Amino acid sequence: MLEAVFRIRELPETCMTPAPTHKTDPFDPIFRYVAFSAATLLLVTLGGIVMSLVVGGWPALSKFGFGFFTSVDWNPVTDVYGAAGPIVGTIVSAFLALAMALPIAIGIAVFITQFAPRALAQPIAIAVELLAGIPSIVYGMWGLFVFAPWFAKHVQVPLMTTFDSNPEGFWAKMFYGIPNGANLFTASVILAIMILPYMAAVFRELFRSIPPQVREAAFGVGATPFEVVTSVIIPYVQKGMVGVIMLGLGRALGETMAVTFIIGNTHLFPKSLFDSSSTLASTIANEFNEATGMHTAALMSLGLVLFLITFSVLAIARWLLSSQRY
Amino acid sequence: MSTDTTSADFKSVIVPPPADSLVLECRKLDFYYGTHQALFGVDLPVKRNAITALIGPSGCGKSTLLRTINRIYDLYPGQRAEGEILLDGENILGPKVDVTSLRARVGMVFQKPTPFPMSIYDNVAYGVRLHQSKSKAEMDELVETSLRRAALWDEVKDKLNKSGLGLSGGQQQRLCVARGIAVNPEVLLLDEPASALDPVSTAKLEDTLEELKRDYTIVIVTHNLQQAARLSDYTGFMFLGKMIEFGPTEEVFVKPKVAKTGEYIGGRFG
Repeated sequence: MLEAVFRIRELPETCMTPAPTHKTDPFDPIFRYVAFSAATLLLVTLGGIVMSLVVGGWPALSKFGFGFFTSVDWNPVTDVYGAAGPIVGTIVSAFLALAMALPIAIGIAVFITQFAPRALAQPIAIAVELLAGIPSIVYGMWGLFVFAPWFAKHVQVPLMTTFDSNPEGFWAKMFYGIPNGANLFTASVILAIMILPYMAAVFRELFRSIPPQVREAAFGVGATPFEVVTSVIIPYVQKGMVGVIMLGLGRALGETMAVTFIIGNTHLFPKSLFDSSSTLASTIANEFNEATGMHTAALMSLGLVLFLITFSVLAIARWLLSSQRY
Repeated sequence: MSTDTTSADFKSVIVPPPADSLVLECRKLDFYYGTHQALFGVDLPVKRNAITALIGPSGCGKSTLLRTINRIYDLYPGQRAEGEILLDGENILGPKVDVTSLRARVGMVFQKPTPFPMSIYDNVAYGVRLHQSKSKAEMDELVETSLRRAALWDEVKDKLNKSGLGLSGGQQQRLCVARGIAVNPEVLLLDEPASALDPVSTAKLEDTLEELKRDYTIVIVTHNLQQAARLSDYTGFMFLGKMIEFGPTEEVFVKPKVAKTGEYIGGRFG
């Protein structure tokens, strides 16, 4: 951000004096300042939002201190707020979703660009784009009314009964939960379905940007299709892929409506994959309506935490991109 | 030139190298892009440890012919070849041929440099690792030998771990040659390898090819007639998907047997 400001400051020195052969256009400085204002407006807005989150959340942050981030005790009745539950729920659900969506998105893009006959590639590509166009509330409704009951009956209960002979075992603990399908795992599945089309579509564009000769050259030294994809095609666009992954993660972190429907909305620390949980966004969406005083401040702080997490993800993405070797 | 001539008007004249010196031979090769036929009964005898050049105007089928020899066209549904291509006497168009190992025996360098997104060292080692396991020392030696043969070693020996994508165009192309010869192919196919290069890089590449023919058999497609004349031992002139004339380079260039060849070489069309 600072870099951008400095660059704009340098502009007048390098650009204000036109070359003598050129006519001076009175519109030029105006154009420059309009562009400058547009850029400034963005920075001001960003700063304003962060400021208002800090100011609005300050009562809660100052009262509960660092405990706000480590305590799982979130109780509007006693006016005590600890955000560890939603923080963990947000991060775990987003990473689970990414872990599920990433291989499938890569698989779709590889299939469409490398192996599918033209007659099949086009319909799949269109279907992927249609999937991206479904509003998130529809995903949430489908998740709650259709997917969650199905999942509870056909996946969760069988898994729980398989492992209940040893209730202290790792898997029994991992799969423990109320069998209604509204839990951390199903929320992650819905999130995965939501970020999948976006990631698949951009991966496809990335793979299509690779010159066909590079692929032919890889086949030309005797590589198998799997070797071509893993050692040439994917590394060729890995920079772009990191960016896409981070944007997908950012979307999963901030997604609100669909998750609110299906995650179960309890503020406790999730103890298993099938435990109900909550995310920062779902907590805010559920509670802002009735919040007053300290409760509002606590929700504002959640917003600030969410902002910081997504900001860090983007910062890490930038850092990864700049330190790429190839 | 009159425009009403069709390929049917030409009789091909083929003066093949001695039969026992052939490593590769295309016989009556037809090629189709879907329903469009691009090659018509092409014959191409390729002599071992020699450079064979393919010349002809754009769209005459030179590159198509090259792409059948390592079956790279297999990647695209709808493209197919009919006829015979004998590599050491075995028809590589047959259904039982292992295409992956065929491509290790027939290397290819493309018009535009195609370095892989990995270090210079790994670019050269990549193809080798696919087919054989070598110790670190053996691999180091092979990478060095290949880069030396491609006349690139002195320029890159201090930055073998840097990305191959960071080299200049000419260096990238020689890197692709090094990668191609590292797997020790019997035949190396080059599709206008110098067309994207500056004159200095082109000269270096030509020196490299001159060196390489002692160990390899080279087939090169080129638009540059001087290059074909300078480099090659045998030349094939193609026109409208047919092999019009094939023979020792000197004969084709100095005393062409088909009038069309003379017209092309003399610059009257093309």
